[in-house]
Amino acid sequence: MDRTLRRMADEIVELHDGTEDLVLVGIQRRGVQLASRIARLIAEREGEAPRLGALDITLYRDDLQTIGPRPVVGPTDIPGDIDGARVVIVDDVLYTGRTVRAALDELADFGRPARIGLAVLIDRGGRELPIHADVVGKRVELRRDQRVDVLVAELDGADSVVVVPKTAPPSDAGRAAGGGRSKKSPARRSAAGEASA
Amino acid sequence: MTRPLVLRGGRIIDPSQNLDVAGDVVVIDGKIVHAGPRGGVPDGAEIVDCTDAIVSPGFIDVHCHLREPGREDVETIATGARAAAAGGFTAVCAMPNTDPVTDNQAAVGFVVRQGQKANSARVYPIGAISVRQEGHALAEVGEMVGAGAVAISDDGRPVASAQLMRTALEYARTFTIPVVDHCEEPTLAVGGAMNEGIVSARLGLRGVPTEAEEIMVIRDILLGRRTGGHIHIAHVSAKGSVELIRWGKDRGIAVTAEVCPHHLSLTENAVEGYDTNAKMNPPLRTAEDVAVLGEAVRDGTIDVIATDHAPHHYDEKEREFADAPNGIVGFETALAVVVTSLVGPRIVDFATLVERMSVAPARIFHLPGGSLARGRPADITVFDPAREWVVDPAQFLSKGRNTPYAGRKLRGRAICTVVGGRIVYHIAAQEH
Amino acid sequence: MTSPLGKDLLALEPLTPEQIGLILDTAEPFKEISERAIKKVPTLRGSTIVNLFFEPSTRTRVSFEFAEKRLSADTVNVAASGSSVSKGETLVDTARNLEAMRIDMVVMRHGASGAAQFLAQRIESNVINAGDGTHEHPTQGLLDLLTLRDHFGDLRGLRVCIVGDVLHSRVARSNIWGLQKMGADVAVCGPRSLLPNAIAEFGITVFDRVEAAMEWAQALNVLRLQLERMTAGYIPSLREYNRVFGVTRERLERADHDILILHPGPMNRGVEIDSDVADGPHSVILNQVTNGVAIRMAVLYLLAGGRPELAETAKSTPGGER
Repeated sequence: MDRTLRRMADEIVELHDGTEDLVLVGIQRRGVQLASRIARLIAEREGEAPRLGALDITLYRDDLQTIGPRPVVGPTDIPGDIDGARVVIVDDVLYTGRTVRAALDELADFGRPARIGLAVLIDRGGRELPIHADVVGKRVELRRDQRVDVLVAELDGADSVVVVPKTAPPSDAGRAAGGGRSKKSPARRSAAGEASA
Repeated sequence: MTRPLVLRGGRIIDPSQNLDVAGDVVVIDGKIVHAGPRGGVPDGAEIVDCTDAIVSPGFIDVHCHLREPGREDVETIATGARAAAAGGFTAVCAMPNTDPVTDNQAAVGFVVRQGQKANSARVYPIGAISVRQEGHALAEVGEMVGAGAVAISDDGRPVASAQLMRTALEYARTFTIPVVDHCEEPTLAVGGAMNEGIVSARLGLRGVPTEAEEIMVIRDILLGRRTGGHIHIAHVSAKGSVELIRWGKDRGIAVTAEVCPHHLSLTENAVEGYDTNAKMNPPLRTAEDVAVLGEAVRDGTIDVIATDHAPHHYDEKEREFADAPNGIVGFETALAVVVTSLVGPRIVDFATLVERMSVAPARIFHLPGGSLARGRPADITVFDPAREWVVDPAQFLSKGRNTPYAGRKLRGRAICTVVGGRIVYHIAAQEH
Repeated sequence: MTSPLGKDLLALEPLTPEQIGLILDTAEPFKEISERAIKKVPTLRGSTIVNLFFEPSTRTRVSFEFAEKRLSADTVNVAASGSSVSKGETLVDTARNLEAMRIDMVVMRHGASGAAQFLAQRIESNVINAGDGTHEHPTQGLLDLLTLRDHFGDLRGLRVCIVGDVLHSRVARSNIWGLQKMGADVAVCGPRSLLPNAIAEFGITVFDRVEAAMEWAQALNVLRLQLERMTAGYIPSLREYNRVFGVTRERLERADHDILILHPGPMNRGVEIDSDVADGPHSVILNQVTNGVAIRMAVLYLLAGGRPELAETAKSTPGGER
């Protein structure tokens, strides 16, 4: 996974002509860890780290009414002002595109970036909306009855990408929903790299 | 002229004669001619099969509210009398807190006539103690008694003035009638919706402490001692009151007391969920109170079981708890509640049940009935002590449906009620 | 019903510690939304919520309104009059009318204990109790818990004393249940004429003097002296109340440790609490107000759970389709 992330980091910097005004925003949950790693890789290469943020899109989902029990809402932390900034949304898997749509809606409530790009570790096709990733780690072809889960060391102990049947339980052994937020939480908290398990 | 009647093959329990024997009760011309082991059957007699049933002197309810005149939408004397008969009662005493209040000769006469027209359980009026039950001026007791009143009471309200209670007790002596008091110290009870205790604290409802009852009970007993009048304590709810009544009786004071079936079977926990069908005055109290009251029924400190049947309209009870009126219906569940809660657990036997529901009421209120002795009026209750049934208010003969027992399975049911030798209720007719 | 709280939030007494914990945890991300420039998320867009207040209240109603609007719901405020007995529509009819208008949620404050449950049993909309008589005020209890948790981290073993007219206080009751369920140590302090007679049976310590309460407590929740609730004089005068039970700076300074001060508001300055305490460094009264909006957003979010029939046809896993 490290190699892929390194390549993605390079592509992001190239796409944006450097790190000026660059903001990486990871989507909860694992997009946050990936964004954090990419930010570190960029810092190694360029000597300057981009700003890092986290976005929880639960409240902007278009399917809240139909999914049953309320999902747990994670923290959102957008550092500083994003007006005129160059934002790159970072997520682990791109599939229907609805998550990204929700993220775009939510970012719009924070300000008006000069441009918003999308970087994903896995693109598995199957788009339901006209959403397109600028930077892709790996493309995968999957059937509708399959699912790809990304696991990261910070939360799951090790890095891996697994393909499972759609109905299989979450590969992170139940930590997908509900875990990972400490009870003692001040109002603002940086999600950068913090293993909040 | 009704046919002779034979109530055949039941278990005859008549404490007035120390009788508990299998046999028949024979009625001719509205009077009892035989109550004992198998007798003969007169010509043309109607026979009622009483196998597995208990045959006793008719139950008498000395405390009920028939709502007529004034609230005929909620109950009339006729519907009330029929509901009482369905509960096995051959006679009821109707409280005067009607609209207008039954505080004069004409009003008492009205109740008597309506009761006669109902042609079911007998209806004896209770007259008010004070004019309009306002607690000031004494009502015309003599006139009311002359028109048929069997007691006086301001029930619905307490007699707040000790002076008035004293006068009433003295004045009533002339007519040898009991003075019935609803014991509630008004300033302690104001705004209260249930018993004061842990449940009221949790539910955020204002409570009425037991002292509100106990203070008036001892007041009335002391006035009874001073005046020699007969004080009858209505609907006792607190164990403290039982102790005070025992104190009074030990000293030979003419105090009698009644308890309602709901205070023998339900506690303040019935109010959980703000069920307005558990709201009554005096309120349901604690398990300890229930236990002491049951024991008092057994040992006779409490003389009588009365229903305090108080029908209310569905809309009136369908309200925020604090705003709902007090009271539940009782005629059609009283017997079953007493059998289930007292006889079943062997706190009381059937002889005591009959004593408390028939013999003692008749004696204390000087009413005909309460005995199956030869020559007595044929007011008889036949009931099945083992029959289980589920309470369904929609089936009540009363217009009132406000009962906390809805849906409960109880044991004990009136099968046949006879008044003056005439069958005024038979369960077969209701079960159609 | 797929909401983890059931259809309604009527009281804290029937909730489990897990449910209370869920509400507190859910409130955390909602705090952040109130810090944004655009204080709005589309979560309850299209939902209709009626604020049905039978008792006047500015702060609670406004707090709920903010919570509702920040979730993009449509809100309607109804200031209804009196009880069923007084003129006007009965509560039953009010309930039925609301249902006929297809309201999604009702937030109700009423003067009769049990009124919220009464309404909830008769309509299908979600009902949130914003205070029923002297029974409970669950969202207030929750925001008090959140404020305490923010400061102390853990509620278990925390010593909290409720000071004032507990007898007539729905805030006190909700606090007592909420704190006990989360493992805190609860005490009350006030004149005995303003404490329920049965209070000791709740498993609560009773302090007769506020000085003793201060020696013991890590936090005080100071109740407003409810002038409007007293039907008779339970205390001789406000002056005496302040002199004997008032939370004053002198008293707090004499305690050997810092004590956190909470108050549900509105305050009677100079009666139950002095201004220099209310505005002082240990007061978290304003935090309570901020947390109030977040708690109410969390409750609305959790109650407006997915419709069961749609949930059955849903295809997504907890992570959601990406």
